[in-house]
Amino acid sequence: MNQPTPSQTIGPFYGHALPFAGGEAMAPPGHPDTLTLHGHVYDGDGEPVPDALLEFWQPGPDGSRTGEPGSLGRNGVDFTGFGRVPTDASGHWTLRTLAPGGVPYLCVAVFARGLLHHLFTRVYLSEAPDPLLDSLEPELRRTLMAVADPAVRAHRFDIHLQGPKETVFLAFR
Amino acid sequence: MAVRQQYGKPPDGLDQHVVDTEAADVRGADHPPRDFPPYVGSRLRHPRRPPFPVRDPEAVELRGPVFGATDVGPLDHDLTAHHRGEPLGERVTVSGRIVDSGGRPVAGQLTEIWQANAAGRYAHQLDRHRAPLDPHFTGFGRCLTDADGRYSFTTVKPGAYPWQNHENAWRPAHIHFSLFGTAFAQRLITQMYFPGDPLLEYDPIFLSVPDEAARSRLVAAYDPRLSVPDWSLGYRWDIVLGGTSATTFEEGER
Ligand SMILES: [Fe+2]
Repeated sequence: MNQPTPSQTIGPFYGHALPFAGGEAMAPPGHPDTLTLHGHVYDGDGEPVPDALLEFWQPGPDGSRTGEPGSLGRNGVDFTGFGRVPTDASGHWTLRTLAPGGVPYLCVAVFARGLLHHLFTRVYLSEAPDPLLDSLEPELRRTLMAVADPAVRAHRFDIHLQGPKETVFLAFR
Repeated sequence: MAVRQQYGKPPDGLDQHVVDTEAADVRGADHPPRDFPPYVGSRLRHPRRPPFPVRDPEAVELRGPVFGATDVGPLDHDLTAHHRGEPLGERVTVSGRIVDSGGRPVAGQLTEIWQANAAGRYAHQLDRHRAPLDPHFTGFGRCLTDADGRYSFTTVKPGAYPWQNHENAWRPAHIHFSLFGTAFAQRLITQMYFPGDPLLEYDPIFLSVPDEAARSRLVAAYDPRLSVPDWSLGYRWDIVLGGTSATTFEEGER
């Protein structure tokens, strides 16, 4: 077994490097089934985190898990399965995607200054039977559920890095 | 056991799961703890609950995004070639091999780097360090690994810079790396350091990695075989992406 290279924080100054145009536009432009997901990232004092970077990975609407190249230079047609969006000055992010096929969730990685090792979580779009959801107490399960936000025709998913509303984060073994 | 109590009942058939969790927590010493008070920025940004262990061969995280020709431009790997003129500083070639925990090369995957210029200043609006910007240096590069898992960048050696963690806190010279394996669960963002840097032993971010041998894996080696005659100094930095993938899961390497 090769020992892993340790993680280090993304730091505050990735903004000129990692975000790319169209990072939040996972759904091909104008796709009729486009789903808008949005939310805030909060710290342990409940203050918004303005310098977090979120990444999303999910199956295609047909359930395919192989992904497609071209996330950084989207061709307007392919669904690549990958999205990247920084939080704005108010700690808010928005993603436009298509519902994943075969599973009720999107995979999320959270990076931020102050986080020495990124965090994984999931956004669940519905309470379908699922090994992870089924194993969590209701109060914890709630932290992984996107909630309909009819005012903006979207689903809302807030991430709490710490505190009483702390999101359930995941480790894959 | 703490994990089980905090989360209520474990998933079906996962008594082994508690054992795995605790064993993995020991292995976790390869990475920094998220709660590391000497790094002030971590205090309000780490979860208090341990991560919930997921051991599911069907987890979508065991696969990951793929990248290709339209994701990387022909000059993206040469950070000294992004402007009309040459940046100031010591030109370096940084190269290495990316493998998974089983030693398999990570082929055709996206590698991104970003860094300060030779004076220790980022081309980022919020960097207020009173060191000069270099009009010929942005400090961001990308490449795809080759079939053998190799990456290579040409850049300049970044300068040290001060930060506000404590009085006279200076970051050692470093290059930020963003790496993808074959699985989303192998995702890694980290920093590469330069050998012999006297600032390393004072830096809370570097020192957040508890194990000395693990820390040393963040430090590149000067490698004359990578130096380009009359052009650049060569540094070798090999990377191992831990974390579970569909392949490592099947082969029981987790
Ligand atoms: Fe930095």
